[in-house]
Amino acid sequence: MLGKTAGGLYWMFRFLERSENTARLLEAGFRIALTRSQDAASEWKSVLTTAGVRGGFDTKYDSYTASNTVDYLLRDTDNPSSVMSSIENARTNARMVRPVLTTEVWEAVNESWMALSKTLKKQVKETKLPAVLGEIRRHSALVRGAVHGTMMRNDIYDFTQIGTALKRADNTARIIDVKYYTLLPSASSVGSTLDNVQWETILRSVSAHRSFRWLNNHQMSASSIADFLILDSRFPRSLSFCSRVLEENLGYLAKDYGTRMPSHDLIDAHRNKLQGHTIASVFDEGLHHFITAFIRDNNAIGRQIELDYRFVR
Amino acid sequence: MTYITAKKSCARALFLIELISRNAAFLPQMIGVSPPGGVYTHIVGTDIVRTGEDDFFVLEDNARTPSGVSYMLENRETMLQMFPELFSQIKVQPVSDYPKNLRRSLAACAPAHCEGKPTVAVLTPGIHNSAYFEHSFLANQMGVELVEGHDLRVVDGHIAMRTTEGYKVIDVLYRRVDDEYLDPLNFKPESMLGVPGIMHVYRAGNITIANAPGTGIADDKAIYSYMPEIIEFYTGEKAILKNVQTFRCSEADSLKYVLDYLADLVVKEVHGSGGYGMLVGPAANKNELKNFAAKLRKNPSNYMAQPTLSLSTVPIFAKKGLAPRHVDLRPFVLVAPDGMNITPGGLTRVALKDGSLVVNSSQGGGTKDTWVLED
Repeated sequence: MLGKTAGGLYWMFRFLERSENTARLLEAGFRIALTRSQDAASEWKSVLTTAGVRGGFDTKYDSYTASNTVDYLLRDTDNPSSVMSSIENARTNARMVRPVLTTEVWEAVNESWMALSKTLKKQVKETKLPAVLGEIRRHSALVRGAVHGTMMRNDIYDFTQIGTALKRADNTARIIDVKYYTLLPSASSVGSTLDNVQWETILRSVSAHRSFRWLNNHQMSASSIADFLILDSRFPRSLSFCSRVLEENLGYLAKDYGTRMPSHDLIDAHRNKLQGHTIASVFDEGLHHFITAFIRDNNAIGRQIELDYRFVR
Repeated sequence: MTYITAKKSCARALFLIELISRNAAFLPQMIGVSPPGGVYTHIVGTDIVRTGEDDFFVLEDNARTPSGVSYMLENRETMLQMFPELFSQIKVQPVSDYPKNLRRSLAACAPAHCEGKPTVAVLTPGIHNSAYFEHSFLANQMGVELVEGHDLRVVDGHIAMRTTEGYKVIDVLYRRVDDEYLDPLNFKPESMLGVPGIMHVYRAGNITIANAPGTGIADDKAIYSYMPEIIEFYTGEKAILKNVQTFRCSEADSLKYVLDYLADLVVKEVHGSGGYGMLVGPAANKNELKNFAAKLRKNPSNYMAQPTLSLSTVPIFAKKGLAPRHVDLRPFVLVAPDGMNITPGGLTRVALKDGSLVVNSSQGGGTKDTWVLED
């Protein structure tokens, strides 16, 4: 496979994952804003921070209102992380790698681009927001379904999974990073109302509120949430799960190509570090410190993969 | 036709060297080059029109990079889905083998010293090119890589592509990048679409470029008028398909005739393509005729003229129901050292405007599925 094609697949799936993550973040933020209007501004601010676009937003707007944030994150093509920019970029990459995509996958991506270009042409009214966010998630599910059901399990597939896993891990880690203080055991001896709302937001922004409740009988605590998001091996957006997907797919590449690359050493070290942890040892190390290191390692693996598989040169 | 790109052969030909060397598509860089397998035009798409029961004429040659084959394949797919009953009742020869045949034919033209199965790739200018769909479609259907200039470089005297496992040598490059962008070291230096040094590799015989650089001279409408003589010169036989009578406006007698009968003729630019800059006499008003006559007088050698043909029609489904529209046909021919393969089908182009004779898609023309029946 061409290095450019591998890179195109990797970025296509990073962008698809990003558009879905942004929609989830908005969904969680919207919910908080509806239920606790006095904290809305700080909530939108943290949504923007999590999305990594505070700087860009601040140069354009003065206040963290719902309509500003929603518009910036959904439609604004000046914002490289907006849903529209992500879908646009995903489709551009899909066009580039089109010869290696199945017709079903290409059509799912193209249709999501066509549908969302139309939906996001005008400003989205608050009353329409839940429906629009639902549409974004549905399209994302269609692409994923087409990939799952029609793509060969070869290096092409491996690079789609690698892109997805890296971005997903990055997203979950950022969510924890921005709200880490609400997950510290000291800040939550009993679980105040404020904590409960914050925890709920965190879980919703990774679509984990139902699975978490189901697993924990509605007993929420800071450490059980952190444990779930970081170390749970069943939850598809936990750091542990994503890094396993990454390890597996890099492993398939090594087997397929018959060569181990420097990125394999990085992922092995990353996995070992993660597997050596319990949630107690994470707190001992310091949650913030742990997450910062995770994001740094995750990014480093991404950069090494780009070099190892010659995405650009 | 094959050998006219080599200058030495031209000298033997009946027409003037000047005609070729003045042609914008002529590449002096190709002088003395003999392409692998002796094939210059790997893919040919000659435009043919029908004016009566058995009267077929060649309207235009496309030896540079004939496009539109993806329309042929997709039109058939669409027809199969919409009218499956037609295909169960009527035995239509399949066109779906085209990508397989194209790959086989290209591989058969690989450099002689190529060992094992030749590696074929399609070179595209990229996703912003209007024919990108066709490029990616053909790469996908042939099961070969779709490359851009920046994926390629010269490695040990060969052209190689950057893969996830390192650089891999390409033996045959089906390029959909125009000659002048192919190699910044030999042609337009600012081109980002080509591969620096590819012409050197080509001249050394280490890669096949399909179609060969410079083949565009055969598409020229002035060359076209000599085609029957060229065919007879090289094959010793008369051409089977007739040419449309052509007046070279560079010749004084012809120019006079063309100016006198402008309202009855079709006048085209000698180097033009895509249906741009042409005059359809019977469809033009007085003013248009007057303006065009002025252009003609000013630069006669830039034009050639042909009688207005009564092109055959096919029915299309217009707003008011079925209506006749003029068509032409582009069959696709694959050329390899071991023989030619004519695809049993082709691209039928339709002028969608009532009465129009201009079928080019760039001028709003459409396409139709084309059937060749089993015996």
